[in-house]
Amino acid sequence: MTFELFVFYVFAAILVFAATMVITRKNPVHSALFLVLAFFTSAAIWLLAEAEFLAIVLVLVYVGAVMVLFLFVVMMLDIDIATMRAGFVKNLPLAILIAIAMVIEIFLVIGSGSFSLDQFAAPLPLPADYNNTASLGNILYTEYMYPFEVAAVILLVAIIAAIGLTMRKRPESKYQDPSKQVRVKKGEDRITVLKMDAED
Amino acid sequence: MQFEMPSLIPVLPELFLLTMTCVILVVDLFLKEEQRVISYGLVQISLLLSVCIVYLTSGAEAEVIFYGSVIRDPMGDVLKVAIYLISAGAFLYSKDYLLDRNLFKGEFYVLGLFAVLGMTVMVSANSFLTVYLGLELLALSLYALVAFDRDSKAGSEAAMKYFVLGALASGMLLYGISMIYGATGSIEFPQVAKAVAETGMDNMVLVFGLVFVVIGLAFKFGAVPLHMWVPDVYHGAPTAVTLFIGSTPKIAAFALAMRLLVDGLEPLHADWQGMLVILAVLSMALGNVIAIAQTNIKRMLAYSTISHVGFILLGILAGTSKGYTAAMFYSIVYAIMALGGFGIVLLLSRRGFEAENLDDYKGLHDRSPWFAAMMLLLMFSMAGVPPTVGFFAKMFVLEAVVSIDMTWLALVGVFFSIIGVYYYLRIVKLMYFDKPTDDTPLTAGLDTRIALSVNGLMMLALGMFPAAILSICAAAVGSV
Repeated sequence: MTFELFVFYVFAAILVFAATMVITRKNPVHSALFLVLAFFTSAAIWLLAEAEFLAIVLVLVYVGAVMVLFLFVVMMLDIDIATMRAGFVKNLPLAILIAIAMVIEIFLVIGSGSFSLDQFAAPLPLPADYNNTASLGNILYTEYMYPFEVAAVILLVAIIAAIGLTMRKRPESKYQDPSKQVRVKKGEDRITVLKMDAED
Repeated sequence: MQFEMPSLIPVLPELFLLTMTCVILVVDLFLKEEQRVISYGLVQISLLLSVCIVYLTSGAEAEVIFYGSVIRDPMGDVLKVAIYLISAGAFLYSKDYLLDRNLFKGEFYVLGLFAVLGMTVMVSANSFLTVYLGLELLALSLYALVAFDRDSKAGSEAAMKYFVLGALASGMLLYGISMIYGATGSIEFPQVAKAVAETGMDNMVLVFGLVFVVIGLAFKFGAVPLHMWVPDVYHGAPTAVTLFIGSTPKIAAFALAMRLLVDGLEPLHADWQGMLVILAVLSMALGNVIAIAQTNIKRMLAYSTISHVGFILLGILAGTSKGYTAAMFYSIVYAIMALGGFGIVLLLSRRGFEAENLDDYKGLHDRSPWFAAMMLLLMFSMAGVPPTVGFFAKMFVLEAVVSIDMTWLALVGVFFSIIGVYYYLRIVKLMYFDKPTDDTPLTAGLDTRIALSVNGLMMLALGMFPAAILSICAAAVGSV
């Protein structure tokens, strides 16, 4: 066993462990943290596969942005675990049955040698100065320019949809209006003089 | 690496529509509430100009640009024109409805235009990646549109169901695509087709991927057994959105099937034909039978959609250019019929009242003989009664199926259409032979009235001269 293979098995074991913990923990915050661990280990496995740019993006985007947002949501929403788990035991046998059937099916297809080393030769290790990021950038902005632009439009739709569905002016919220604040004059705008009777 | 900037002329319609959508998005921000009609006008102008641009850039030769991501061919041009025009009709019908419910906002039109853009991206896709991105652009806009009426509980529920199931179906489609990529080493349709023809059917991975692709496709079509979202979404969404979802996306789904199954996986025809037979028979059976039990017209039309999808699939599974022509004709005609059908639902609805129940159509003849006649034509056309165009659409599909020696399948199709006639004619009976329960006069504007009349009379006119569209479809498909 080469050192590389050893590292792969270590990370793979951590990944499977973390993924199992994600779906079995009772506390959603723990689940989210285990998901972070799962992302980190998959990033490490991608590094082994010489996809260093994707590995770094996985850490930056998923761990750095998505999971942090996720944790915020989990902490801010009051999630009732009991009702979420109500049907868990009842549906478990059926779920396990379906999962086993799917695993067997997928194994029959993928494990049947269609993707074995005789079909696809193992890629040769790339030279040390090979730049994965540059070659990705090269095809992303040339060969895949059209899909790339369409993906950008999808993000725009996501922004519009999110704002359109959630933004509404609430009458009770207090806003600052800078133009009004600037236009305030000394005297009558700031001070209101009230007439009142003299008291003893 | 040398990068050659491709000619942008073949994607000019998409570029123009995207630019206009962004312009409308910004212009709308500066409009006052009572000037909102300007955005609406801009939307209609953009759609009509897009039609002109497609016409100007069209040509009999197919052009592939952007390193094989996009193809512009006659089939794409015809479908794009149909999508633009029918969407314009959908926006026209929904204007009054949206105004009455305080939903007349710029976002509605911007999201609608993005959905149209997604459809046209799908229509002219030449690789799995482009087709998938177009599909997501369409789907994302539609999810938001279904939830557009935020205070409606039914709308939010429908949007949630649509979103979760749609995401699942997209996942299935992607998984299938990844398998096909693994087996063929390419995501461009011509290369995939070439690789598939070389490796042949013994490659299990390929067929495994195909199953997932067909599942994703069936969901987007709303074919049984992946139809569960259709009635709920049609019912829960605001009727204006139902109208939009019910019409043009069926044309886009047809294009999706043509690109994925015919352009990309034609050599696997024997495999996917069997899958489509199952989907088509189940859709026609379940759609027509369950529609009978509905009392809500939106749900009824949803089940009727499912049965019509069965017919479109029949044409595709024939696998001959005759079958593709028939399916294309059927999908365009169905989109026009659905536009008219939901248009009448919108016409009868008014502020604070949704004409959703079948009983609301009682005695429509006494209230408005003209629009009762239009609805009659639309229902006859959906049922497939000659001389309306629906009859010819069904006939061409059945002819194509018979010509590949699957007469039993044609008989199944005829059998279930006869069952289907019942619930369409029930509406005709309610309109003409029952007394009205509600005497409020119809309040639609002149534009809606004219458009609906044209739409209804089209059923008759196209039925008299079906060759008008059919020859266009045949010419377009012949070049695939």
